[in-house]
Amino acid sequence: MKIKANYKKYVIPVIAILVLVLLIALPYFAERSDSRYTIVLFKTILMFTILTLSWALFSGPTGYTSLATAAFYGVGLYTAGVLGRVLPLPVMVLCGGLASFLLAVIIGGITLRLRGIYFAIFTLSSVELIKHVLHWYEITIAGGRGRPVVRVPDTTVFYVLLGILVLLIITSYLLKRSKYGLALSSIGSCEEAAAHIGVNVVTLKVFTFALSSFFMGLAGAIMATGMVYIDCFIAFDLNYSFFPTLMAIFGGMGNIVGPIIGAVVFTYLREILITEFPYVYMFIFGTVMILTIIYLPNGLIGLAESIRRKLLGGKHADTTCRRVN
Amino acid sequence: MQILHVEGLTKYFGGLAAVAGVDLQVEKGEILGLIGPNGAGKTTLFNLISGTYAPNAGKIFFDGTKISGMKPNAICRKGLVRTFQSCRVFPEMTVFQNVLLGALFGAPETKTWHQAAAETKEILDFVGLSEFSDTRAGSLTLANQKRVELARALATKPRLLLLDEMMAGLNPTEVGEAMELVTQIREKGITIVMIEHVMKAIMNICNRIIVLHRGQIIAEGTPAEVSTDKTVIEVYLGE
Amino acid sequence: MISFINILLNGLLLGGIYAITAVGLSLQYGVARILNIAHGEFIMFSAFITWMLHTTLGINPLLCLAVAGPLMFVLGYLIQKFLYKTLKDKTPSPAAFEGSSMLLAFGLLFVIQNIAVFIWGNNIEGYTFMAYSVYLGDIRLSANRLVILVLAVLICALFYLFLTRTRPGKAIRAASQDPEAAGLMGVEINRMLALCFALGALMAGFAGVLISLAYQLQTTMGMQYTIIAIIVVVLGGLGSIPGSLIGGFLLGIFGSIVSGIEPGLTMAAYYLLFMVLLLVKPSGIFGR
Repeated sequence: MKIKANYKKYVIPVIAILVLVLLIALPYFAERSDSRYTIVLFKTILMFTILTLSWALFSGPTGYTSLATAAFYGVGLYTAGVLGRVLPLPVMVLCGGLASFLLAVIIGGITLRLRGIYFAIFTLSSVELIKHVLHWYEITIAGGRGRPVVRVPDTTVFYVLLGILVLLIITSYLLKRSKYGLALSSIGSCEEAAAHIGVNVVTLKVFTFALSSFFMGLAGAIMATGMVYIDCFIAFDLNYSFFPTLMAIFGGMGNIVGPIIGAVVFTYLREILITEFPYVYMFIFGTVMILTIIYLPNGLIGLAESIRRKLLGGKHADTTCRRVN
Repeated sequence: MQILHVEGLTKYFGGLAAVAGVDLQVEKGEILGLIGPNGAGKTTLFNLISGTYAPNAGKIFFDGTKISGMKPNAICRKGLVRTFQSCRVFPEMTVFQNVLLGALFGAPETKTWHQAAAETKEILDFVGLSEFSDTRAGSLTLANQKRVELARALATKPRLLLLDEMMAGLNPTEVGEAMELVTQIREKGITIVMIEHVMKAIMNICNRIIVLHRGQIIAEGTPAEVSTDKTVIEVYLGE
Repeated sequence: MISFINILLNGLLLGGIYAITAVGLSLQYGVARILNIAHGEFIMFSAFITWMLHTTLGINPLLCLAVAGPLMFVLGYLIQKFLYKTLKDKTPSPAAFEGSSMLLAFGLLFVIQNIAVFIWGNNIEGYTFMAYSVYLGDIRLSANRLVILVLAVLICALFYLFLTRTRPGKAIRAASQDPEAAGLMGVEINRMLALCFALGALMAGFAGVLISLAYQLQTTMGMQYTIIAIIVVVLGGLGSIPGSLIGGFLLGIFGSIVSGIEPGLTMAAYYLLFMVLLLVKPSGIFGR
């Protein structure tokens, strides 16, 4: 028993470090093989992984389906459009994160009474409200449609995204292990009971919501530098709300690995579909989504788990270890 | 010595007073029974005291401090905790995690994970749930789920415990065990207010009983006094 | 004074569209507990079918009510029978179903929209129908919008009569108020849910035809109508047909007032109104 437990403990960290090393080396190889596309693809994958994992940070344990991801990502993008010329890159990215954090405190603070789909449609509407107000402001007051963005080399964007993701994974891990992780699950389980045994549900919810939005804002601010121009229809695209939600469900939300796998597989699939079948990619996408929700409610992780159990044919997974002992 | 003092407590739901001007004192160390027909306002009274709802009028003092208007989590940390009528354990967490949450968040002083875990073990021993420590709470029997909820409440180190129909749905043996447990909790120096329909339990372990009807207190006294009170009999038989 | 009456009339004309956009969604959520985010896609699809039939075969768009409506009805029936029912059987709790059914509707949204883009492209389309004005005293009204208003109110009224006076209608209402009791009384819940979802799609179909009479069409316009429908439903109260009608008119008048002040902020004002309503009174302004 002990041998297996010890060995299992190291599997995921070792794989994670290997993947990280490979990713750090990636731009070097990509430059040699002269394939710019690889880096662009990985940028998209990293971006969606950040959005999905940060979405799952709050919505996973609490069960509050937030559809405001596009708002926080968009605020990050827009921060880059406004401040990109004035501030050095790291400060500007941080500002993107902080702006999203503040917006999330406001949205989180006023939606405390909303539950279930009311929370979902409220957060969805917040994206649209910001988009329309900003659009009106740009046209009538600022006198333009959008803003140009200072470009940064793809490799730099890639490394910054990688850094944000590593930070996010560490944050998610520490939060999950802490007492606050347990308290977040208790909110998802029964908020009223959680409050009555002393969990400060209001502060915990709003803070976690804002923390998850902070990472979305960071991702937005750095991703903007890969574009030439942004306007509010690019920045506040509702797909940035739908996709992370879906990717998290697709991967499975029980642990940190699920959303990451969901985001990587899904984004890769999406990129392939867009390039190979540009005219029907949304159709395939929607179908996968419907099938996932009906047949894979626990995501890929849940599927892997049930396959493993089936392969072991009902025998308990520990039988082999007992022989070792 | 009073631990809880309630005056003129009133709560309306859409024009209807669920609790209408209730005055109430709870003495330190007693077990107070709260009875009354369905819809008398018993659970609403608990909801008001524990901070689930804010009252429309009236004041609540716990150990001399005014707690009406405070949030449930703050009231809990002051040492006043309640259980729910329909059992509300966290079903997908283990029994240990359920109780640990109470120890980590509900107690007046902040604890390390280590201290909280040690206390959780102790409490699970006390309520007789040690063997289920790593079992999913949702897979337990109703009687054991109620114990989990009780253990979780005890883990917050309360001085006053509000029990809402803890014995409902239990078989006679389980009721006996629960009564035993409640008495033991009182012996630890924790004051108890309990809503209960199981008369055997109320009559045997309560020092004092309050009868609520249509949001008002209609009788108050020892079990013997209350069981022979005319108004009480009328209310119960008139239903 | 004239301008005030103008704003009011414009609001009413707009309100008719909003009302018929909302009744189907209201029914689906009120009875089947499905927040059909793809509702607007049904509207869009039906509008494009009308446009296609009119521009290629020269069929009178009003006749399309009898084509596009039933088509959406069948589509809705099949979706409930094969997708939502399976999902409901697999979901442990009603609360979980509300969430996952909404996400499933997002999937439908993508599928339906993609099919439409595939067939009809992504350009703004439209046709002219009864594009002349009628006069009410000094006030000029476009004939097609007046037709929309009259038909919208008529369809809503007939639908209301169907729900309150006929047997299947009463069964649906019973199922929405107390599914368990209705089941005991011999109402077949699953058939009722399928029928109810199909009726919601039927209303979306009618709404699409009416919208195509006077407004520009685009295959990506669905979401906009879904949002409007949700706003109207929240305004008027869930599952209430008269509520949707009143809510639709209120939103129409609100919209035409905002347009009169600052046209660029109309949609923003809708969202703001909606969010404030959700916070202040999620049961609708006529809700209890």
